[in-house]
Amino acid sequence: MPSPPDSEPVGTDAAVVTRGLTRRFGTLTAVDHVDLDIPRNAIYGFLGPNGSGKSTTIRMFCGLLTPSSGTATVLGLQMPDEAEALKHRIGYMTQRFSLYEDLTIRENLDFVARIYCLPAARRNARIGQLLTDYHLEDMAGQRAGTLSGGEKQRLSLAAATLHEPELLFLDEPTSAVDPQSRRDFWENLFRLVDAGTTILVSTHYMDEAERCHRLAILDHGAVRAEGTPQRLMADMAATVVEVQAQDYRQIRAALRALPEVLSVAQIGARLRVLLYREVAAPDDTVRTALAQAGVTAEVGIARPSLEDVFVTATQLPARAREVQP
Amino acid sequence: MRLFAIMRKEVAQLARDRLTFGMIVGIPIMQMILFGYAINTDVRHLHAAVADQARTQLSRQLVADIQATQVVDVTHYVQTGVQLQALLDSGNIAVGIVIPRDFEQRLQQRRKRDGRPAAQLLVDGSDPIVLGTARGLTGLQLQQDTDRHEPPLVPLFEVRNFYNPERRSAVFVVPGLIGVILTMTMAMFTAVAIVRERERGNLEMLINTPVSSLELMIGKVLPFVVIGLVQVTLILLVGMWLFDVPVTGRVTDVYLAALLFIAANLTLGLLISTLAQTQFQAMQMTFFFFLPSVLLSGFMFPFDGMPRAAQVFAELLPLTHFVRLIRGIMLRGAELGMMAGELYALAAFLLVTMGIAVLRFSKRLD
Repeated sequence: MPSPPDSEPVGTDAAVVTRGLTRRFGTLTAVDHVDLDIPRNAIYGFLGPNGSGKSTTIRMFCGLLTPSSGTATVLGLQMPDEAEALKHRIGYMTQRFSLYEDLTIRENLDFVARIYCLPAARRNARIGQLLTDYHLEDMAGQRAGTLSGGEKQRLSLAAATLHEPELLFLDEPTSAVDPQSRRDFWENLFRLVDAGTTILVSTHYMDEAERCHRLAILDHGAVRAEGTPQRLMADMAATVVEVQAQDYRQIRAALRALPEVLSVAQIGARLRVLLYREVAAPDDTVRTALAQAGVTAEVGIARPSLEDVFVTATQLPARAREVQP
Repeated sequence: MRLFAIMRKEVAQLARDRLTFGMIVGIPIMQMILFGYAINTDVRHLHAAVADQARTQLSRQLVADIQATQVVDVTHYVQTGVQLQALLDSGNIAVGIVIPRDFEQRLQQRRKRDGRPAAQLLVDGSDPIVLGTARGLTGLQLQQDTDRHEPPLVPLFEVRNFYNPERRSAVFVVPGLIGVILTMTMAMFTAVAIVRERERGNLEMLINTPVSSLELMIGKVLPFVVIGLVQVTLILLVGMWLFDVPVTGRVTDVYLAALLFIAANLTLGLLISTLAQTQFQAMQMTFFFFLPSVLLSGFMFPFDGMPRAAQVFAELLPLTHFVRLIRGIMLRGAELGMMAGELYALAAFLLVTMGIAVLRFSKRLD
């Protein structure tokens, strides 16, 4: 595998640097020429639907999968060749609960601590502290299999951070967790970042993505957009028009037929219409179309949300493919 | 030490896994009782009928002698050979004995070259084991009929049976059974233990830690060595209590041979675990290996009777070598040093499977 060209500074300030990172499974390209610089000491999000290549990318970062082409440098180490040296410095929370359900919370943590060869004194101190931090003391003797989704997730995070890794990978950590647990979980993540940890989290929840310091929107293995959530919303390649009316069925059909419209989605009692940014007066375009269809409705420009960014980023290339086959 | 961390965890899990725990104890006891009692190749108490047409003292003596062997129980007395045939056809008897009218005359003629057999044996030959057993009776009859002239107290030659004087199959079966039970349980337990971690996702967590492949494999396997030795002890004790199976050789030799054999099967289990994706597949692969082991190792059928190709294949199976070792030690009182070839064969199997397993077990997912 060729090493990255000298012109690109590697491992100086970024936690993870990838250049042309690609992974194919047979004919399927799961990750397609991904170039990323993931900064240290921040929460970096991978936002994308299922099958967009989030997990595959994270696995390549951990050295579990060998890239088909391109490079991934994690904490200055070349993956996957220097993976063993990296294992001490990273924590990995798998998508699925991967601790032992037939062991108790304390036994699980003790096992992980011993696997990382923590000396006895530090081991006990760390386990005690984590049990307190993650509110697990009262159930320390309970088997992991009997825990709720939120408790399992706290235990997983505790186990992944036991050896105080510099870099933490979280693969869809909140998929089986209620909203309150999710809030608490993110509080924990911010606390870890304050302590100097770099966190990479994959998600398909918009509200989670919004909490990240920076994020990359992945779709079909490629990065469609990258930046801070604020920047992404400001730079969005579409304008949002909100429509309020009685009956949306007819409106939806009329708007979907317009070539200027990228997507139409109902959010509560409103219709959110995304139009290409090149359209000069998007609200007027919508008004004219609705008037022609003989429907009366309130129409106005709205502020974009991250979901709009996500829809635009993933819909645009799909539309482009349709137009130019 | 990471190795100890894995062993500790494994023991804690085993203590909670009631199914596996039950199998550790249940499989040996079940198999012992199955093979010891039910599967019995030394046939006794075959139903028999006698057509005694001579009705002399000598003919009655012959019938009494045959019954004394316990191989047959005479359940019917009839007049003609045709009646015997009918009983055989109906399945009421397995053996028919015809003593002709000129029985005594024939006995005399047995000393001459042109003599004829003195009596006739009709056998249900559909079961080869029954046939073999009944044929054994003809030997007894021969010695008995030539014997008749001389004082009847001294038989012409006696049958002596080495190693298993009472001809009980349990004595012959139990040592081999140690090998059969270990083949089944050891390979299966380890294969399933590792594949279960893969199925439950634990392995994805483990391969992201600094633990090495070798630490992981040895840590998982070592607790099973102890379990294997516990099973050996259990089989030896049950063998002694239920079937009076002796250990003629040294007990330490039994355990040393068992230890090597256990290790060979555990590495086989490791190898299977690198091939199987699910616990079910691991079980299937274990049985795929188990069946030829049981059939070809010499445990069930005599090794010398097998075709050449089967013998060559059987030499590759660890059970073949262990059956030779353990029978040698337990039945003939042989010492380990006398059977170094078998030990080398087991060691070679162990090293090869371990090597392939470690090479195949990767900390990567691709």
